[in-house]
Amino acid sequence: MRVAVIGVGQTKMGEHWSKSLRDLSTEAGAMALKSAGLTATDVDGLFIGNMSAGRFVGQEHLGALAVDHAGMTPIPATRCEAACASGGLAFRKAYLSILSGHHKIVMVGGSEKMTDLGATGSVGTLMGAGDQEWESSIGLTFPGLYALMARAYMERYGLQRDELSLVPVKNHTHGIKNPYAQFRFPVSVQDVSRSPLVADPLRLLDCSPITDGAAAIILATEDIARRVDRPVWVAGSGQASDTLALHDRDDLCRLGASEKAAQMAYSQSGMKPEDIDVAEVHDCFSIAEIIAYEDLGFAKRGKGKQLLINKDTSMGGSIPTNTDGGLKVGHPVGATGIKQIIEITRQLRGEAPNQVKGAKIGLAHNVGGSGATALVHILRSD
Amino acid sequence: MTHRSSVPLYWRLQKAKYTLVGTQCITCKSLYFPPRSVCPKCRSKGFTKQHKFTPSGMVATHTVIRAPPEGFESMAPYSIAIIKLDEGPLISGLVVDAPDKIATGKRVGAVFRKISEDGKDGIIHYGLKWKLDESV
Repeated sequence: MRVAVIGVGQTKMGEHWSKSLRDLSTEAGAMALKSAGLTATDVDGLFIGNMSAGRFVGQEHLGALAVDHAGMTPIPATRCEAACASGGLAFRKAYLSILSGHHKIVMVGGSEKMTDLGATGSVGTLMGAGDQEWESSIGLTFPGLYALMARAYMERYGLQRDELSLVPVKNHTHGIKNPYAQFRFPVSVQDVSRSPLVADPLRLLDCSPITDGAAAIILATEDIARRVDRPVWVAGSGQASDTLALHDRDDLCRLGASEKAAQMAYSQSGMKPEDIDVAEVHDCFSIAEIIAYEDLGFAKRGKGKQLLINKDTSMGGSIPTNTDGGLKVGHPVGATGIKQIIEITRQLRGEAPNQVKGAKIGLAHNVGGSGATALVHILRSD
Repeated sequence: MTHRSSVPLYWRLQKAKYTLVGTQCITCKSLYFPPRSVCPKCRSKGFTKQHKFTPSGMVATHTVIRAPPEGFESMAPYSIAIIKLDEGPLISGLVVDAPDKIATGKRVGAVFRKISEDGKDGIIHYGLKWKLDESV
């Protein structure tokens, strides 16, 4: 049996002072239903990815919130949490629920309402993804964890500051055309390399922003999907885990969970890295995109920067990556994994703002914490 | 200000946080710091016993935190490194020296310091920080 994406919807990413978590989640869900040509009564299950509504806005029990405000009670609703990989995790659980035969049409969403808390509160809340006893308790932050990786990588492989800056330069360029992006302006290498330090060596423009937003997808069985326009098929799904704390890893310059999740998705789909036409990778910090190229098999160890220097991952390159601007132009943590799969869906349907010509196979890579959870999904147009 | 941390949450970690007591697998003898109750290599056969670590190691990688979380605002900017202990395990730790003195590969030793304050009337957290070993 095969499973397909048959509808997508997302809110604009940004500071939504006039919209609550429930408003954003419902808006994205309604758009996804409309795009699938369905109504709420057609759906028989709901999954929602959310990292920390409890700390961001004091709301837990997200499955109930989402299903209630979408007018979809009494169908079963489940919240999935794996920090910034919550969206990817919810997608996988929704996919498996259809494969298992329990559901036929499932809504899978992701949402996060981060800006109500303010910047300092958000820094602490996001650290809930790390090790509370041994990382956050000493004042470590997420920029700090990725900075520790960036320093180790730069010193081992000789990556230069201005080479690292090529990640945000590319992604901001891609984001200009994305109508849902929080930021739609170009940045230069000089802008990035001279932006304020947040956690040395990472600077402000290396970091993804604090974002409100929601995204939703309708997944369906093969017989239902065959009746809709341009279904996009799930060809492979991989999920893997690693140590919660960064300091417990054998190697600080790779994410073992990403490698393992990618192997699972490649193996299930029968694809190889060179078969991928377009990719969304988890660029929460600039260094993460370069490490992702290597974990996903797009580049050899230590050679990830070459894809940027040669513009292979830019529009017009051999494997355009983060064609919607990636996390650099919006990172509503629980929604990110869903938003990535929506961009791949648009690419494979030929309707993306930055369209990769003839894209048939796409990959989405979503990471939780400093790499303790990773999900990789491969989708195809036929 | 609301208190985010309870007293027992830190009290029960005193041995590890104050005196670097971690664990050792009773089967394969692998050492763990921070402590683990089960050895990931030996699993069900890998219960652990306490092991006191030598408080010295080397900087494996490092950063300077300039956008601190709540409770650390008055300290910023401050340095954090991943320290490779001489006995093997790696641990994240605050480094007391000026950021421009810290470099990968430099040797460090542990010193007992105040870590953070939980608001004006909350508890004060103590623990080990790391100091460059200038004699090396």
